[in-house]
Amino acid sequence: MVKDQEYLNSIASQTIEYSKKLGATDVNVEVIHSISETVNLRNKQLDESNRSDSFAIGITTYINKKKSTISSSNLSKDNIKILTERCIETAKITPEDEFNSLPDKELMAKNFESLDLYDECHVPNNKKIDILKEAEEAASKETKIINTETDFTENKSNFVLANSNGFMNGYKTSNFNISCVAVAQKDSQMERDYEFTSKRHFSDLISPTNIGESAAANTVKKLDPKKIKSEKIGIVFDKKISKGILNVLSSAISAGAISRGTSFLKNKIGKEIFPKTLNVIDDPKIKKGLGSKNFDSEGVETNNLKLIENGVLKSYLVDTYYGKKLNLKSNGRSGGTSNLYFENGSMPLETLLKSSKKNLYITETIGHGTNLVTGDYSVGANGFMVENGEFIYPVSEITIAGNFKDIFKNITLANDLEFKYSTNAPTLLVEGMIVAGR
Amino acid sequence: MSNFFKNSDLDNIKAENIVSDTLNNCDDGELYLENSKSESILLDDNKIKNSSYSSDLGYGFRAITGEVVAYSHSNDISKDSILKSSENLKDTLKSKKGTYNHEIPKSNKKYYEDLNPIEEKSQNSKIKILNEVNNYIRSKGDIVSQVTASFLGEHKEIEIIRSNSEVLKDVRPLVRFNVSVVLEKNGKKETGVYGIGGRQSYDEYLKNENWKHVCDEAFRIADVNLKSKPAPAGEMKVVLGPGWPAILIHEAIGHGLEGDFNRKKTSAFHNLMGQRVASEGVTIVDDGTLNLRRGSLTIDDEGTPTENTVLIENGILKNFMQDRLNARLMNTKSTGSGRRESYKHVVLPRMRNTMMLSGKYSQDEMIRSVDKGIFAVSFGGGQVDITSGKFVFNCTEAYEINDGKIGSPIKGATLIGDGPSILKEVSMVGNDMKLDPGIGTCGKAGQGVPVGVAQPSILINKMTVGGTQL
Repeated sequence: MVKDQEYLNSIASQTIEYSKKLGATDVNVEVIHSISETVNLRNKQLDESNRSDSFAIGITTYINKKKSTISSSNLSKDNIKILTERCIETAKITPEDEFNSLPDKELMAKNFESLDLYDECHVPNNKKIDILKEAEEAASKETKIINTETDFTENKSNFVLANSNGFMNGYKTSNFNISCVAVAQKDSQMERDYEFTSKRHFSDLISPTNIGESAAANTVKKLDPKKIKSEKIGIVFDKKISKGILNVLSSAISAGAISRGTSFLKNKIGKEIFPKTLNVIDDPKIKKGLGSKNFDSEGVETNNLKLIENGVLKSYLVDTYYGKKLNLKSNGRSGGTSNLYFENGSMPLETLLKSSKKNLYITETIGHGTNLVTGDYSVGANGFMVENGEFIYPVSEITIAGNFKDIFKNITLANDLEFKYSTNAPTLLVEGMIVAGR
Repeated sequence: MSNFFKNSDLDNIKAENIVSDTLNNCDDGELYLENSKSESILLDDNKIKNSSYSSDLGYGFRAITGEVVAYSHSNDISKDSILKSSENLKDTLKSKKGTYNHEIPKSNKKYYEDLNPIEEKSQNSKIKILNEVNNYIRSKGDIVSQVTASFLGEHKEIEIIRSNSEVLKDVRPLVRFNVSVVLEKNGKKETGVYGIGGRQSYDEYLKNENWKHVCDEAFRIADVNLKSKPAPAGEMKVVLGPGWPAILIHEAIGHGLEGDFNRKKTSAFHNLMGQRVASEGVTIVDDGTLNLRRGSLTIDDEGTPTENTVLIENGILKNFMQDRLNARLMNTKSTGSGRRESYKHVVLPRMRNTMMLSGKYSQDEMIRSVDKGIFAVSFGGGQVDITSGKFVFNCTEAYEINDGKIGSPIKGATLIGDGPSILKEVSMVGNDMKLDPGIGTCGKAGQGVPVGVAQPSILINKMTVGGTQL
């Protein structure tokens, strides 16, 4: 069982008290306990079981405008004392920074509604194994599948966030996760793909048979890929990767990147950066949401935020430090977004795929080819050639490239949004990108 | 060396008894204890932005029988907690019976000192150098729009308790110094990044103002990129510079030669042992024994002394990299490649310092032989799909080659290739092998471990360059 609130609270308040005694003017403490149990199967046999029981404490002490942070996994009283002393000593010799401070009191979270993020249910390992066997049985019905690997992870955690202005709150969360990876072979060529389901509540998980079948189907489709010629072509991003475009947006509009001048979206507030029909929303209060939260990593209230409205950039993601620097109020986005999504498009997927005679449908990108300073983008990719709306053949060993300023302006959304990750986007088409191949 | 049981109700003998009792009917396993400390001091935007310290203590208890690994880890080094882990391991393996495999080779060699880089220098002296770094780079002109510089220091003590009271220990220092510069000119912005590091004290890197070289490199790369034009798109010849570009070897070949993927037959290389996988003249090793290098280890995370493993010799595939589990199941011996990020992670076969050895050509000869292609000098990260063998990496400094001459710098582009075939496309191996500056971290199954790479300049006949110019 994860430790209860009372236990975590008492560690947090003792740490705050001790820091103040040693001369801290302000203190922020986070204490986390998590227990995670994973079972892995390979080719229907048990491969690995893994139990993890871990504590973490993070202490930030301020001496007026001087600041230092310490983290540890050792929650013994002696250790916390030693670390707090070290933290204070380090803060004393760290230069002042006028923007260092705890969040403004009036911005702190006051409404703690239940977001239904915790499921008490415990799945014993033998039941986990049965579930995974079912997924692998389903995957291996497909005869081209030569290898299956699955895992089931159950994760429970509890945390408390507290500061010396009197804020103290936390809550339990849980996560259940089933994933299936399949390898298919044809001649000497192999391909691999996967499917997964991840939910706050056990009973909401997609059936293991569906996961297995879908992993097998995704993998077999990839066999016998072709490398295509370099050309300018419309690119359709599968839902597995279309959310990546929102991750680029959120990194580029973080107050840190804006204030440091290292974002291609600097000075774009109030400007149209997407087509007029597009809206991007960050909603922290979705019940059972994978990214849901009552407050951000500083305890600031998080509310629904429309980042993009009718194509126009409305707001940055602001924390306390960079907010003070930019003269903006924190909007509760220290630590990033919550449940971020494109509002659903209006076009059925079939219509989107037929929008040109030829489109390239991408299911996977590899590499880290995003430059947030310039917006330049170049990554490895694989997927499928689509002609007249039909999938013709798999494509691999190509790259796709462009610049996000152009990519954003040339997006068309399909109407198939679903909430599978914490960041979600429908299938989408981007016109005008360059594919490099043969 | 810390006494891991100092504040607990256990001592070494009691712990050894629990280990022996738990692993009695297993093939292998150990109690792995770890005490790690790390610090990070970051200068950004003209200020010391962050000064943080972290201390982590815990154990990972592992039992293996046949192919099944049972693992349990916790921060709580106490009799209760370790016994609970023991029950958990026994429960997973209850229907299986093994024979404890006791062989761990011994060696007295050490590849780094027992020192703690964090405590060696005062916080003030590190802050002072970061401020000097900031002033030095900003004095290069108004075009400097952002400077980020950081020190990262780590001190990790490990103790491995095996059945029969066998105890193995290691103390591992690690430091890194990093500089990132953003330049702005005529409305155009570009970044340059450079760093150095290894298993030693900060002093080695910072004496005689060695840090100035790091600043100069970061500035130079950003400056080159300011002049860059869009990269070409399509297949062409590629000359790779020496040193860090060897992450191509790491991604394209290295991961595919790790024992686990080959035992499970999910690597594109699993049935190629003894066969030609590279051009003649291509020799690749993975060496854990280089003094003070970032990827070096005196013993791996299972206690096996590391070695210099020949992976590919003159184009022929000779060995995979093995931990104890995969070695046993493939009837071979561990190459000292069993690594884990921390006590929270299971052991996997991993790379250490992966190197392509020198050949006979000069870099100049390679460039002169290319009519149209690119010359790639520095890279950001890379990634590979083990099963299909496709890999990518991102250029951070590259030039076009026209008629045997180096031309304009080009914008960062991704290069993509096919692991099993790329080394057959290597037509010239340079005589200028160089180690990377000590900055690599390799990710696998969510675990990051420090690694090194090295190579001479090489000419690749055909690779796809992911630019925007058709």
